[in-house]
Amino acid sequence: MAGTLDTFPRLMLEHARVRPDHPATREKDLGIWQTWTWRQVADEVRALACGLASQGFRRGMHLAIIGDNRPRLYWSMLAAQCLGGVPVPMYQDAPAAEFVFVLNDAEIDFAIVEDQEQVDKVLEAKPQVPTLAHICYDDPRGLRNYEGILSFERLQALGREFDRANPGFFDAEVAKGGADDVSVMLYTSGTTGKPKGVRQTHSAFIAAARGGCEFDRLGPSDSVLSYLPMAWVGDHLFSIAQWVYAGFTINCPESGDTVLTDLREIGPTYYFAPPRIFENLLTQVMIRMEDAAAPKRWIFRRFMDVARRCGAEKLDGKPIAASDRALYALGNLLVYGPLRNVLGMSRIRVAYTAGAAIGPDLFRFYRSIGVNLKQLYGSTETCAYCCLQPDGGVKLDTVGMPAPGVEVKIGESGEVLVRGPMLLKEYYKRPDATAEAIDRDGFFHTGDAGYFGADGHLRIIDRAKDVGALASGAMFAPNFIENKLKFFPHVKEAVAFGHGRDKVCAFVNIDVGSVGNWAERRGLPYSGYADLAAKPEVYELIRECVEQVNAELASDPALASSQVSRFLILHKELDPDDDELTRTRKVRRSFVAEKYAVLVDALYGGKSVQHIVTQVKFEDGRSGTVAADLRIVDTPTFGPDAARKAA
Amino acid sequence: MEQRRIGEVILRLEDISLAFGGVKALSEVSFDVREHEVRAIIGPNGAGKSSMLNVINGVYHPQVGRITYRGTQRQQMVPHEAARQGIARTFQNIALFKGMSVLDNIMTGRNLKMKATILEQAIRFGRAGREELEHRRKVEEIIDFLQIQHIRRTPVGKLPYGLQKRVELARALAAEPDLLLLDEPMAGMNVEEKQDMCRFVLDVNEQYGTTIVLIEHDMGVVMDISDRVVVLDYGRKIGDGTPDDVRANKAVIDAYLGVAH
Repeated sequence: MAGTLDTFPRLMLEHARVRPDHPATREKDLGIWQTWTWRQVADEVRALACGLASQGFRRGMHLAIIGDNRPRLYWSMLAAQCLGGVPVPMYQDAPAAEFVFVLNDAEIDFAIVEDQEQVDKVLEAKPQVPTLAHICYDDPRGLRNYEGILSFERLQALGREFDRANPGFFDAEVAKGGADDVSVMLYTSGTTGKPKGVRQTHSAFIAAARGGCEFDRLGPSDSVLSYLPMAWVGDHLFSIAQWVYAGFTINCPESGDTVLTDLREIGPTYYFAPPRIFENLLTQVMIRMEDAAAPKRWIFRRFMDVARRCGAEKLDGKPIAASDRALYALGNLLVYGPLRNVLGMSRIRVAYTAGAAIGPDLFRFYRSIGVNLKQLYGSTETCAYCCLQPDGGVKLDTVGMPAPGVEVKIGESGEVLVRGPMLLKEYYKRPDATAEAIDRDGFFHTGDAGYFGADGHLRIIDRAKDVGALASGAMFAPNFIENKLKFFPHVKEAVAFGHGRDKVCAFVNIDVGSVGNWAERRGLPYSGYADLAAKPEVYELIRECVEQVNAELASDPALASSQVSRFLILHKELDPDDDELTRTRKVRRSFVAEKYAVLVDALYGGKSVQHIVTQVKFEDGRSGTVAADLRIVDTPTFGPDAARKAA
Repeated sequence: MEQRRIGEVILRLEDISLAFGGVKALSEVSFDVREHEVRAIIGPNGAGKSSMLNVINGVYHPQVGRITYRGTQRQQMVPHEAARQGIARTFQNIALFKGMSVLDNIMTGRNLKMKATILEQAIRFGRAGREELEHRRKVEEIIDFLQIQHIRRTPVGKLPYGLQKRVELARALAAEPDLLLLDEPMAGMNVEEKQDMCRFVLDVNEQYGTTIVLIEHDMGVVMDISDRVVVLDYGRKIGDGTPDDVRANKAVIDAYLGVAH
């Protein structure tokens, strides 16, 4: 594309000119997919931008955007950018108290939110946010008697009036925008401390979008389902940056609960999800297969064996035996094709996963049924883009090779350092943090420990600050151990302890869906999570998983001393509402260790039962307590010889 | 869309007495319902609450008494007549078509609004097709309103209880009623489901201006969402007024709340 298309508003207007009737946005409303073409989107954005301007929104101001993935909220981002403002998408499931920090930090004056739920939360936060003056909402339901807030339609109507009165205004504002202006401010999830506002420029996100689009040959004919939190950098890259760069179609699901149905109806060609979504999909398939009739189960098992044997190789274009090729073709007809269809993955050319480690079985499952699932590596500070796995070069234990135009090297301490056009401009109002993160040579310090293999692929071990040492001096990488545990469908979350200790112990959260189904099939009655988690049979089930992890760890001399010697199953699920997880569902390790200090002491103190009372917050904001007597179980560990036998 | 303003009396029940053989279900009960209000009927088990609802929509015919609905006085209602006049209801024991999808169940609520004959509908001839689109749109609005998009195609029998209750409310709403009778809409629900249901009942009342008469056991719910409450005990009315009045009424405390004195 021409050199002048260096901001997102200009790219959008170019699409409206070149492909005015090409679908840009779809949303399922009242059961029917509604479509907006690029021309219509440009028109909506124009009205909205003028509306914002009529209410006093000016260059450099921040626009808070809160809600599920709605077309109008995506357009709001573009509208803010047209005026030289900065959209600040926020996590929609955070409670009002968490809004306060970001709203104040970003000095928000104007907020566009989805519905009554979000309006209520913003109004609750408002007394503590002196700058907040304007609130605009998308869905009017239940908001009729609210005063002092503006509907989206009204804002656009005001905008159209303003546009008529100031005809050259919009184009002049877009013309004023420069590639080095900040295009978006995304808050880090804050695994440690308060979130920081990461300021990214148009040129950075366009560079990341261009790199990704060229790498995977994405064009206007592609289609994605936009269902991940808008505040997450991944969604911003896929549903805004690449959308506006490549000009493809984004599809907004009807509601959070209908994503699977919508996925199937849309059949996206390009798909992005964190591992937990792929895992949920697979768990559902497996649960349904367990309930299927015997002959179907037999066919499924038989052909999944074939897929496991040769499916991934076939996808990589490697030679496979003729008999396997024939069997795979039959399997494709009977099992893989229908399965891809049920999963909504019939048309997928490229699927990415990122944000956390993906289990080997899970990864191989998708690739073996012909879904081109790949991994990428990046962070909010690098526009979610840094390393990608090329087609034909997909390996489970790596995150791929540095993307075009990106330099990646390993620092002296083993930390991964990145330099390229997609780096952040700065952390908002935090020059100290910016100086700490970007060194004099312009390398960004990711905070991840990793290394390059002989094949040129990057491998990530853990967060650098999490990598510790056992009392014996052996390396302790908690994430690595937790991921190994989480690869079992029965384990939803795990937290490993061991830094400065003589052995490794762990907390485990069971997956209620998967373990619940397991219990039902065994006729094991239970009332809820806490009850199920305390069952001796469940402990035995998890103990087997831990034992298997220990056997794997034992086979690696560097990690053999990291075997989990004791564990317990927590009486409640770790929850972002209780600050135990970040909004992107990463464990806040130190917080959890502090909150459950009694349990950690019990693990290391050799007790076999520990009583605990925990505060919990319910979804409606009230809080209560949960009490339980937790059992602690020892697990066998292996010497190097035993491990070899077990492996 | 109508503003919610409590208006004139639209339903007046006077001296209603209903007996099944020797059992007196209702004795000389009188009360009224005003337009746009949420009116609750409470009382211990067997007090005659469900009988009262059944009298209102004509399932039971009282031996004595008068019912005045929108200016027309009669001694008894007939169910289909009641439906035609804009009275819809849900049942204590869910009465949905278990094998049909949520969408089809709600669609049955549109039955009275359909003009095409059964034959036309069977072959989707002429106006039947147009009508169906129109009704489907209305049904989709209700699905959106009650946030049940994700179960649109699910057979009702496979749904958990709380959702079935919501589907039943959806079907009643599909008739676009003026007066909605809810028989224990929150029975057997957990706290979260109850909160959702309360929200929906209030939303219906607010958004569509629908007058609501509901029976409920959960006192917290009743006191929170109703404008006026009538209290029955052994078929007799022992209290009538705002939630605060009823809470302070000695007879009611003795008969029903029983504890706090």
